[in-house]
Amino acid sequence: MTIRQLSIFLENQAGTLQKVLELIKQAHIQIIACTIADTAEYGIFRIICREPDRACRELKEAGVAVAISDVFAVEMSNQPGGAADVVSHFSEAGVGITYMYAFLLDGRGILVFRTNQEELAREVVTRCGLRVLSADDLPL
Amino acid sequence: MIWNPNKECMSREQMRELQGKRLHKIVEYVYHNVPFYRHKLQEMDLSPSDIRTIDDIVKLPFTTKKDLRDNYPFGLQAAPQSEVIRIHASSGTTGNPTIVGYTRKDISIWSECMARSLTAYGVGREDIFSVSYGYGLFTGGLGAHNGVETVGASVVPASTGNTEKHARLIRDLGVTGIACTPSYALYLAETMERMGITRDQIKLRVGAFGAEPWTENMRKEIQDRLGLKGYNLYGLSEIMGPSVSYECEEQHGSHINEDHFFPEVIDPVTLEPLPAGQTGELVFTTLTKEGMPVLRYRTRDLCALLPGDCPCGRTNVRMSAIQGRTDDMLIIRGINVFPSQVESVVLTMEEFAPRYLLVVDRINNLDTLMVQVELRPEYFNATLDTPAAIDELEKRFADKLRSVLSINAKVQIKAPGTIERSQGKSVRVIDKRKLL
Ligand SMILES: [Zn+2]
Repeated sequence: MTIRQLSIFLENQAGTLQKVLELIKQAHIQIIACTIADTAEYGIFRIICREPDRACRELKEAGVAVAISDVFAVEMSNQPGGAADVVSHFSEAGVGITYMYAFLLDGRGILVFRTNQEELAREVVTRCGLRVLSADDLPL
Repeated sequence: MIWNPNKECMSREQMRELQGKRLHKIVEYVYHNVPFYRHKLQEMDLSPSDIRTIDDIVKLPFTTKKDLRDNYPFGLQAAPQSEVIRIHASSGTTGNPTIVGYTRKDISIWSECMARSLTAYGVGREDIFSVSYGYGLFTGGLGAHNGVETVGASVVPASTGNTEKHARLIRDLGVTGIACTPSYALYLAETMERMGITRDQIKLRVGAFGAEPWTENMRKEIQDRLGLKGYNLYGLSEIMGPSVSYECEEQHGSHINEDHFFPEVIDPVTLEPLPAGQTGELVFTTLTKEGMPVLRYRTRDLCALLPGDCPCGRTNVRMSAIQGRTDDMLIIRGINVFPSQVESVVLTMEEFAPRYLLVVDRINNLDTLMVQVELRPEYFNATLDTPAAIDELEKRFADKLRSVLSINAKVQIKAPGTIERSQGKSVRVIDKRKLL
């Protein structure tokens, strides 16, 4: 019900992002979606890609601080209010969202979020009949 | 094993008597051969005949690093140049380097002291021993080298640099012992891990680590990663070089070769001698040195002399680990801060690599301290992937720092591999206030 996301600790310095992207390129792994949570001193670069475990291994070997976490990727309607409708299901059930971002996959809007209440979030997905992506849904 | 039980296990009375005799002789020697000391003693109305027992040492003047610099290059040399067979120079970050000349007898005593140290570490004729202190003007390389040859082990003069080649030699030759700085030992461990050399492929058993302060946590990490037992080796070129003191198998303080180097611990402000057990500035008088003897040299190292007997059987006095330098001491908002205190906190946090950088600054007339640490890649995990979680970790570290330092420090977590590590002494402080 969840997909794997890479989180990378990056310093705010010219070239650090490039170094990570270059490593991913060399591993022939395509990035499907990404976002950066930035602070004054560092950033956390989050990536959805194919073969996240291999990507994680390759980055680790290069000495990068990288972790894998499970995130929900929920399909939303391509209309005004699409995101609001999805999030309302979760907030009504009391699921706290730690962070969130979105991307388009074959014209469909996908809302990615992380929560500390995974069990509760799973219940919401099932109960409300939401469509969530699994690893197999990601393009090759 | 004890290399020289006659000297290392002497009764305290005999030792004091020997030290008294030697002190009298060395004072007489410098009085006649070093104008600097003759003038100092004359100014204080002292003559060599006033110095009869070791207790009389408190009457003598101190020698400072500045005295050594001011008398550059040969002002404090007592032996004629024809008797000097080697000259070392200590790195002077500011001003003149310190030049130290050694006579043949000096080198022989140095080798003896180094042999006592290596024997205490369990090094013998069967060992293959790599000396990875820098060879050259620095006393570490050649000092350790002579000691290994004196013990009769096979010395591999690896020096520093080309760590990969060195790692291969350690594996291929079955090197059993190594002398280097603790930070080089960590760098070597890292290099071996990167090269895929595992602990069971190497035979390292003994490490003689010195030339920079290190902590018990650092010892544990080096021991775990290289599979050896790490011993402290203390020395300074102004006195001799490595092996002024050495740890025994008890690893509770380092035995001082006090038949050659007489130790005192003083209050760095009042200059009054402190009783055993109290921390202050370590002071040495060379009792037998011919080339460049020094009286009551202020090392600027902070430590304590340890009271009581050592179960190993040696009776020569022990000194605690160096707890800082009087000149490393940062005064931040009026509070004394030692980088070693920060290090001790860094080493309690498994999320961080054993490296750090202190950045001291003055912003709006207020001193600020920032401590940079490096995230260990293996401890970055899904629970740390938000700024809130990183902030929480920073806060946990900052709280620990505050309880040890008694001041607030800003904490900055850096990505792996971004804090520079040197192959020799690490640079751990940037004091921007000095640039103002
Ligand atoms: Zn002992």
